[in-house]
Amino acid sequence: MNLERLRQLQPCLWTLPRAPGEERAQVLLYGSAPLLVSMDDKVLEQIANVASLPGLVGAAMTMPDAHWGYGFPIGGVAAFDAEQGGVISAGGVGFDISCGIRCLRSNLNLEDAVEHFPQLGKALFRAIPAGVGEEGEIKLNPEQLDQVMHGGAHWAVQQGYGTPADLDYVEEQGRVAGAIPENVSELAKKRQRGEMGTLGSGNHYLEVQVVDRIFDPGVALALGLHEGQILISIHCGSRGLGHQIGTDYLVLLAKAASRSGIHLPDRELACAPVKSPEGQQYIGAMNAAINCALANRQILTHLTRSVFTEIYPQAELETLFDVSHNTCKAETHQIDGESRLLYVHRKGATRAFGPGHPMLPERYRQVGQPVVIGGSMGTGSYILVGDSENPAFASSSHGAGRAMSRHQALARWKGRALVDELAQQGILIHTRSMRGVAEEAPGAYKDVDLVAEATEEAGLARRVAFLRPKVCVKG
Amino acid sequence: MEKQRGNSGEAARVRLSDGSKDNVCMPSQTSSYFEHDADIGIIGRGDTLEQAFETAAQAVFGIVTPLDKVQPQTSVKIEFEESDHELALVTWLNLLLGKARELGMVFSRFHVQRRENVWSTEALGEKWREVMERGVEVKGATLTMLSVKQTGAMWEVRCIVDV
Repeated sequence: MNLERLRQLQPCLWTLPRAPGEERAQVLLYGSAPLLVSMDDKVLEQIANVASLPGLVGAAMTMPDAHWGYGFPIGGVAAFDAEQGGVISAGGVGFDISCGIRCLRSNLNLEDAVEHFPQLGKALFRAIPAGVGEEGEIKLNPEQLDQVMHGGAHWAVQQGYGTPADLDYVEEQGRVAGAIPENVSELAKKRQRGEMGTLGSGNHYLEVQVVDRIFDPGVALALGLHEGQILISIHCGSRGLGHQIGTDYLVLLAKAASRSGIHLPDRELACAPVKSPEGQQYIGAMNAAINCALANRQILTHLTRSVFTEIYPQAELETLFDVSHNTCKAETHQIDGESRLLYVHRKGATRAFGPGHPMLPERYRQVGQPVVIGGSMGTGSYILVGDSENPAFASSSHGAGRAMSRHQALARWKGRALVDELAQQGILIHTRSMRGVAEEAPGAYKDVDLVAEATEEAGLARRVAFLRPKVCVKG
Repeated sequence: MEKQRGNSGEAARVRLSDGSKDNVCMPSQTSSYFEHDADIGIIGRGDTLEQAFETAAQAVFGIVTPLDKVQPQTSVKIEFEESDHELALVTWLNLLLGKARELGMVFSRFHVQRRENVWSTEALGEKWREVMERGVEVKGATLTMLSVKQTGAMWEVRCIVDV
């Protein structure tokens, strides 16, 4: 990205000045100069397009890990007011609705666990269906799938996958209201029948990590974290159901926008007024997919626990948190001293409520919402907490963000060689797709340290701990 | 704009049959890819619009697994209605992805026929087998960088697919 097109407002905050005659809202880009330089110019084009959508409140924003997506950039945040003609956009949520990360806190330390990592990796790989074409053991009939779409993680716990205590640390306590399974196509439902409790492919993973460094001991204590502790992160989403809902509504909303007289500079921005029939229809379907994702991560939590207790009989895994990073949620925000209900799109961005927010569980209310910046399988990840001064509708970065295309990565790395190289570094990779490993090579991602530093510098979230990967089941 | 009928999957008519190789496009060399930061751009080319659609599907499923290892044992027929050629491409690719996931299959050969706005298509493939090399799951075809154009005697179609 050419920084000459931008104006720097703060060390980690930039804006794109409007061209003469250009009618759009403000664009704000969070991140340091090195991060922005590494972004494709398409990020600017896409977020400027978002800023032209009706009913946008404040600015259209990108997080420090932003990269070129489809329609909205990945790492894009935009809030709309339904009372001002604001829209809901399928392109602003993405195909993998409610993709997110469940993080589990264990009572194991590295020195107790490391000896059995080879055994653990193999057992996790057997237990967690991962990769393209893999199905889970759970097969749902249409009635059960409707229950999943209404019940989310609550449904999973009721079926014995996990404990009620898990739900306290899942966004929306494990279930969003307003799901309407009737708005979900039959094809979407059929795609999901064999996919509950599966990890998926691409950048999805289940990773066993060790807390390598603590940045904020006080907050770490509140989160129950200490150096040397073993954590588990599960990154996946709503699987085939969400993908098909995204597919179905992308075209439907693109046509609805046209009928509503909304000019779409890019068809992928596909949107409809929140209050329109099509907008309401999508919201009902999207909420069904969110619940499906929450149930999916709950099942994977249960499967992970089963494996851990088989390998380490003393193991106890508690849910540290579960956050989604492909959603649109109706939230109340203070705008110029006034409480307003906004539809906050976070596509490749994590909700990051600051300390004191009433939606946080009691345990975290004083410190803020846990946030994860998932890094590559060779580098590491960060746990942060939402900043009380967060200026981006309580949003934060969600990952390292890609620095090069999958094609470039395939040309540069070989999966087998990467797996061997990482093993020499003490990181065990289990996968069915060597192509997937090559595409997800650590070198294909931005420097996660820079992303986390910029996230903190920008006032989005504060670093708490750095996690180093030890065992990874790749999708 | 005409209401698109295929996108919900409800209006699309899908038929399964035993594998038949009649009138089915063999894998060609005219599918390819273009760069995108997070996902993958696919390109299909052909002498006709229909052939370009077929090679675009090969590009999509070539991401999922090497196509030369997929036996065209089972035929799946998909019919949908769409007047907009660009939306027809996305609709068709997404119907293919949806059916592949629903049936636990991977497709390697494709045939497309069009009569005005009605697209009659066929995909041939088989169920996943353990020996098949796993590539990367394609979640869906997007409207980004979506184009259908004829240059001289050649048709070229392209879009970004989400992986």
